[in-house]
Amino acid sequence: MKLLVCVSKTPETTAKISFSGDNTQFNEAGVQFIMNPYDEWYALVRALELKEKAGGSVTILNVGPKANDTVIRKGLAIGADNAVRIDAEPKSSLFVAKQIAAHAKAEGYDMIFLGKETIDYNGSEVGAMVAELMDQPYISFATALEVDGNTATVTREIEGGEEVSSLDTPFVISASKGLAEQRIPNMRGIMMAKRKPLTVVEATGATDLATVASYELPPAKSAVKLIDPDNMAELVRLLHEEAKVI
Amino acid sequence: MVLVYAESPKGKFKKSAFEAVTYGHKTAQVLGTECVALTLGDAEDAGQLGKYGASKVVSVSDAALNNFDSQVHTAVIAGAAAAVGANVVIVSHSANGKSLLGRLAAKMDAGSVSAAKEVPTNDGAFKVKTNVFSGKAIATYQIDSDNKVLSLMGNAIQPEEVGGAVAVEALSVAVPASRITIKEVKTVDGTVPLPEAELVVSAGRGMKGPENWGIIEDLAETLGATTACSRPVADTGWRPHHEHVGQTGVAVRPNLYIAAGISGAIQHLAGVNSSKVIVVINKDPEAPFFKAADYGVVGDLFEVVPALNQALKDYNAAN
Ligand SMILES: Cc1cc2nc3c(=O)[nH]c(=O)nc-3n(C[C@H](O)[C@H](O)[C@H](O)COP(=O)(O)OP(=O)(O)OC[C@H]3O[C@@H](n4cnc5c(N)ncnc54)[C@H](O)[C@@H]3O)c2cc1C
Repeated sequence: MKLLVCVSKTPETTAKISFSGDNTQFNEAGVQFIMNPYDEWYALVRALELKEKAGGSVTILNVGPKANDTVIRKGLAIGADNAVRIDAEPKSSLFVAKQIAAHAKAEGYDMIFLGKETIDYNGSEVGAMVAELMDQPYISFATALEVDGNTATVTREIEGGEEVSSLDTPFVISASKGLAEQRIPNMRGIMMAKRKPLTVVEATGATDLATVASYELPPAKSAVKLIDPDNMAELVRLLHEEAKVI
Repeated sequence: MVLVYAESPKGKFKKSAFEAVTYGHKTAQVLGTECVALTLGDAEDAGQLGKYGASKVVSVSDAALNNFDSQVHTAVIAGAAAAVGANVVIVSHSANGKSLLGRLAAKMDAGSVSAAKEVPTNDGAFKVKTNVFSGKAIATYQIDSDNKVLSLMGNAIQPEEVGGAVAVEALSVAVPASRITIKEVKTVDGTVPLPEAELVVSAGRGMKGPENWGIIEDLAETLGATTACSRPVADTGWRPHHEHVGQTGVAVRPNLYIAAGISGAIQHLAGVNSSKVIVVINKDPEAPFFKAADYGVVGDLFEVVPALNQALKDYNAAN
């Protein structure tokens, strides 16, 4: 099985969010970056498990600048066989999806994995876009995936529950919590990652149709109103009369 | 023209469909055009979407569309957009809507914005706001293409009745065959799913163990709220994974979020900071969650939670 896992780089979860350039750019100064947790913990690990069981290869793909190589190397250390970086400074989800699809069309993967969303832009768009550009089925927010030959059985999250379905490869799948368990790279993996191939390819021309014009921080919260633990009737009154939420 | 896909799971509209049509109507006003609502598969009383501002409702009632396949639905929605001459398409930011957004954007080569939280503006450029960095910031996106696709964040705007029911027109659009076979659908009836819940009661490690959750469930029942938890609680199997709220779990945006025995780590706050009102119950007055709270109770949750439940019952009985 030939598997592709698309990974992105996101600020670490405790990173301080601020902006520069008159609030038009995310301020990267002092920010630590990580591999997007949904890509690393669930998408990549499930792809590796399938390969370990049925053979084949796992390729990691990132659309981004050279600075992203550290994140890619981590993916190789966790166990991917090789990596591709499409050299670009991505600004929109459709741009990224078009780069992924151009690469994937030429390579012919059986399955394309992504995380259900990135923890920075939270758009949840790229997987669906890649599927459409490839004219393939898309399973979003998968919590289980079993493959037998070229038929897969998948469970995905739906409003208020789960749906189990089956389909044949090729398809695109986005990973949610439950699909796999996080793996920590070991020393041997980290050493081997240095020798695994990381191919850098040029981006194909695509224009950005939707871009961020400006950022702002949410309005500051006013100070908490403390309620005496022996007077819950007062809290109930405030929720009804002041906050009007019940 | 603005086209709004109004989801009708099991043939019935939910509040999110009325929110989407209200949003579509307001977007159409900004653009100086009209809003058409689209239903797929079974949709009871589709004409009522007119009340929220749809000038007409078009429907593709093929029973195959009762099963969701993003590929099939995208083909039909894009076909409907072409048939009615719409260049702006709006969907709900629901589990299914999320996968339609990206597919539609790719199919229509459209600029897209995920989880829009305000009505767009159009002074020289088409701009829409959405939360980014898990709610730690807000981005204003600009869409430059003629075709535009937006998904609307749940509970961001309230449905507004502006007129009466309208006619429903059957639309003939080719429905391609699905390549996905649905084998089983498991839904929990009776409770509102967490991403859509307007009232949420959540608890963390301060609960000490899963056997103590009765007081949380009782409080949720009195309120008609959905239960949730912090990540370590789900990871240790005290509660199911789908209750895990935060940056790496579900993002909620209820009117009221009650948190008991949760410290308020930054990753947890990232999933709850779109809540309108937050109540924090914690025995530690220094717990970081109090900084994000509207109302706080410093006390032992094993006493405070049952007392709050009783006070709510007393209030309900008296009013
Ligand atoms: C990459 C990453 C992603 C993460 N994603 C998430 C996420 O999505 N969601 C999430 O929740 N966490 C997430 N975390 C974990 C997060 O950092 C915290 O560890 C977690 O939220 C803490 O859970 P808690 O508040 O239940 O437990 P604790 O931090 O242990 O807090 C328990 C609280 O209960 C209070 N308490 C104890 N006993 C009582 C009592 N009797 N009465 C009242 N109060 C009491 C204590 O004072 C304390 O404040 C993530 C961490 C990382 C590194």
